[in-house]
Amino acid sequence: MKALIIDDSRTMRMIIGRILRELGFEIHEAGNGIEGLDRLREIGQPDITLVDWNMPEMTGFEFLKAVRAQSEYDSMKLMMVTTETEMNQVANALDAGANEYVMKPFTKDVIKEKLSLLGVA
Amino acid sequence: MALSRNDFEYVRELLRTECAIVLEPGKEYLVESRLCPLAQRLGLGTLDALIAKLRREPVNGVHRQVIDAMTTNETLFFRDLHPFETLKKTIVPELLQRRAPARTLRIWCGACSTGQEPYSIALLLRDNFPQLFGWRLQLLATDLCRDVLERARTGRYNQLEMNRGLPASMLVKHFAKVSADQWQLREEVRSMVEFQEMNLARAFPPMPSFDLVFLRNVMIYFDTETKRAILARIRRVLAPDGYLFLGCAETTLNLDDSYETVTLGKTMCYRQKAATAGAQTF
Repeated sequence: MKALIIDDSRTMRMIIGRILRELGFEIHEAGNGIEGLDRLREIGQPDITLVDWNMPEMTGFEFLKAVRAQSEYDSMKLMMVTTETEMNQVANALDAGANEYVMKPFTKDVIKEKLSLLGVA
Repeated sequence: MALSRNDFEYVRELLRTECAIVLEPGKEYLVESRLCPLAQRLGLGTLDALIAKLRREPVNGVHRQVIDAMTTNETLFFRDLHPFETLKKTIVPELLQRRAPARTLRIWCGACSTGQEPYSIALLLRDNFPQLFGWRLQLLATDLCRDVLERARTGRYNQLEMNRGLPASMLVKHFAKVSADQWQLREEVRSMVEFQEMNLARAFPPMPSFDLVFLRNVMIYFDTETKRAILARIRRVLAPDGYLFLGCAETTLNLDDSYETVTLGKTMCYRQKAATAGAQTF
């Protein structure tokens, strides 16, 4: 199983990556939305993409809309992992095509439980 | 100061006699970590002083607070997920057919802690079974601890609790953000669940017959004799064709032969064998 982690924090990518590696995922990383789109073209469709909201160059929300505009990624599971916790932001992310939403900070169990909800762990 | 052997034995005995919870030797650290903050809150300063007070006085509110502090309240929304998928795909549709004449469905969650499990069931029913509108739906949730029941009734959860197991779509649909770190379940869902204090280790109060009983991840804290007694009492309140759900690490096997295992996908649940269903055991 492949996972793409998009976050401008190297530490956060490392933390999420460690959790997903334990679950057997092959990890790919990107530091913003534009790099995320590049990485998708390189690696093909991952089983899950976890994306931060606030990033330079292209935000996670913009990435989400860009990905959902391309039908080849229709079946890709996408989970926002962000410090944004307002209800309208969660609703907007779901409306734009996010499949799940994790509010930072989180624990290892949170990531595992959300992946279970998406049927990818 | 470290907990003395005598004080540890006192706390063990208090938990065993009052609520049948077994505290294994070696769990002194658990007593210290849970009761030191309580001693501070009560203005007693030290764990020694708290236990001395417990010893001096007949069982009262302070003993209750100690029991509350010592119980484990780990829970999350849609815990283990697959039991809820089985409910949605198989069990509730089956019960809707069988109970159609009476249009009544009764569900009991024992040891409900802060309410995530009964509210998960309420959310599942509300979002997936609109045909239940007009039915008499009773969703009873019980726990030993008054504090957690108070929290459960409010339906308020912090960020970590909201992150755990709750689908984001349900967060948006059924919760309101009430402060920077608190969300509250909407009244129309909260009102579906009735919370009551109940000690599983004592005789059950008068209860109706339930179609579903959830008693998950609590039997692990009891000794064998208490597990057997609880399973026997559940037989008295479980409908002959009703289902019992236990935690993943729990079973009726080698405890009560009156139950049979039903495997539905990943989910193992239990029913009364036909010969014993409805029999009054004591």
